[in-house]
Amino acid sequence: MVDITSQDMTVNRADAAGSRRFGGLSGVPSWVITTAAVVLVLLLWQYFGRNVNPVFGSYPTAIAEAAWDLTRSGELGSALLESIKPFLVGFVVSLVIGIPLGLLLGRFRIFEAAVGLFVTGGYAMPLVALVPLLVLWLGLGFAVKAAVIFLMCIFPIAINTWLGVKVVPKTLIEVGHAFVAPNSVILRRIVLPATLPYIMAGVKLSVGRGVVAMVIAEFFTAISGLGGIIINSANNFDTARMFVPIIVLMVLATLLNALVGRIERWVAPWQVEIASRD
Amino acid sequence: MGEVSLVDVSRSFNIRIGAETHTVRALQDVGFTIRDGEIAVLIGPSGCGKTTALRIAMGLDYASAGRVMVDGHEVHGCGYDRGMVFQHAELLPWLTALQNVMFGLEMKGVRGRKLRDTAMHYLDLVGLKSAADRRPHQLSGGMKQRVGIARALAIDPKVLLMDEPFGALDAQTRESLQGELLDVHARTGKTIIFVTHDLDEAVLLADRVFVMRGGELQEIIEVPLPRPRGDLGALRGTAEFASARYSIWQALHRPAATVQ
Repeated sequence: MVDITSQDMTVNRADAAGSRRFGGLSGVPSWVITTAAVVLVLLLWQYFGRNVNPVFGSYPTAIAEAAWDLTRSGELGSALLESIKPFLVGFVVSLVIGIPLGLLLGRFRIFEAAVGLFVTGGYAMPLVALVPLLVLWLGLGFAVKAAVIFLMCIFPIAINTWLGVKVVPKTLIEVGHAFVAPNSVILRRIVLPATLPYIMAGVKLSVGRGVVAMVIAEFFTAISGLGGIIINSANNFDTARMFVPIIVLMVLATLLNALVGRIERWVAPWQVEIASRD
Repeated sequence: MGEVSLVDVSRSFNIRIGAETHTVRALQDVGFTIRDGEIAVLIGPSGCGKTTALRIAMGLDYASAGRVMVDGHEVHGCGYDRGMVFQHAELLPWLTALQNVMFGLEMKGVRGRKLRDTAMHYLDLVGLKSAADRRPHQLSGGMKQRVGIARALAIDPKVLLMDEPFGALDAQTRESLQGELLDVHARTGKTIIFVTHDLDEAVLLADRVFVMRGGELQEIIEVPLPRPRGDLGALRGTAEFASARYSIWQALHRPAATVQ
C-alpha cells in the first residue's frame, strides 16, 4: 500500500513539473513573445553591428537615421508607391489566372496531362535569366515589372490550388454527384471552398516571391522604386541607406501576409475553427 | 411509388498489387426488388458488397453488368428520385446546417422563399430547427447525421439510401436515431434501403433483411414485427425480436456453400 501511494505521488510530482516546464510561457500572449524576439535581435544587431566597418555592415540606429532622411526627403514614399503599383497588378493578375488554372489542373485529368508539366516546370524557371528577354518584349517600364512579378507569383498559387483540389475528400464530391450537381457547380461550390486553405497558403508563398520579383524587376529594368534605392545606395557604399528599403520590403511582406491571414479568416472562418494547435 | 430493383448486377474492380493486376468481384449477379414504402436492410460482413450494391443503386458507382430500375424505369447515375445519406454525414463544412439542407434543394432548382422554408421544415422534422445556423464542427455526431438525413429528405426523393449512417455513433445516440428514423418513415412513407452490419439495428428497422456474403445475395429474411414498432427498448426484450435476430444471425453464420 505504502509503495503504491509513494509511486502515485512521484507520478503526480512529475506531472506538475511537466506542466510547469511547458506552462511557463503558456499564459503570455503570442505578440508579446514576438515583440520580445524582435527587440532581442535588434539589440544584438546594434551591439555587434556598431563594431563593423560601415561599408561592410550597418546597425539599427544608423538605418533608422537613414530611413528618417529618406522619408523626410519624400524619396522613400515615392519609391514605395512606384514599387507597389506593378506589384499589385502582377500579384492580382496571378491570382485571377492562377487559382482557376489550379482548379482545372486538379479537376480534369486531360487538362492536367496537357498543362501540368508546364506549370511544374514554370515554377522552377530561372526567371532572372529571362528578364532581358522580357525587356525586349515589353520595354523597361511598368509592363515588364508587372510581368516579372506575375510570373513569380502565379506558379506557387496554381500549384498549391492544384494540390489542394487533389486532396479534397472524394466523399464531398460525391455529395455533389448525389444531388446531381453539374461539374461547374461542384467546382465552384464544393471544390473551391474545400481548397481555400491551400489557395491561401499559395497566396502567402506568393507574397514573398512577389516582393523578391519586384526588386529583381527594378534591378534589371529601369532602375526605380525601392530596388532602385538599394542599388544606388550599394553603388555609393552607403550600407545603412541600402538597408532601409530592404527592411521596408520585409515589413511590407510581413504585413501583406498578416492581411492574407485576415482575409483567410474572413472567407474561410470554419477552417480556423476546425484547425487545432497543441 | 418508390420501388427499386437491381437486375443481375455485377461489379468488378481491377486492383494492382505490385506488378500483378487482380480482378476483384465486388458483386456477382445480385438481383432484388425493394418494395414501395419498405425498409430494406442490407447486412453482411465487411467486403460482402452491401455498400457497393447501395452505391450502384444510388448511381454513385456503376454496374459492370446489369441494371438499376426505379419504378420500372432504368436509371443511369444519380437522380432526385433517390436521396443518399452518407456514412459520416459528409456535410459541407463551410455551410451551416440550414445551408447544407438547402444545398440539395438548390441543386434541384428550388429558389426563393420556398428554398428556406422547405429546408427549415426538414430540419424541424429531424429536431434541429434551433441548430439551423451552426456549422458542422459545432454539431455532435448524431446532429450531423440528422442534418444529413434532412438534406436527403428535403429533395423529396422516392427512396432514401443510407450507408451505415449510425455506424460511427455512440450506442445511446444510435438508439435514439433509430427511433427517429422509424418516425420519419412512418410520417413520410419513403422507401428506405439501409446498409448496416449491426444485427439489432437490422431487426429494429427492417421489413426485410437482405443477407449478403462474398458479393452475392445469400438470403432474404422477413422480419415479422408489426409496424409501428413502438418503444424500441421494450421491443428488444420481446421473444419475437430475439427470434428474428437469431434467424438473421444463423443466416450470417451459415456456410456459404450450402446456399448454392
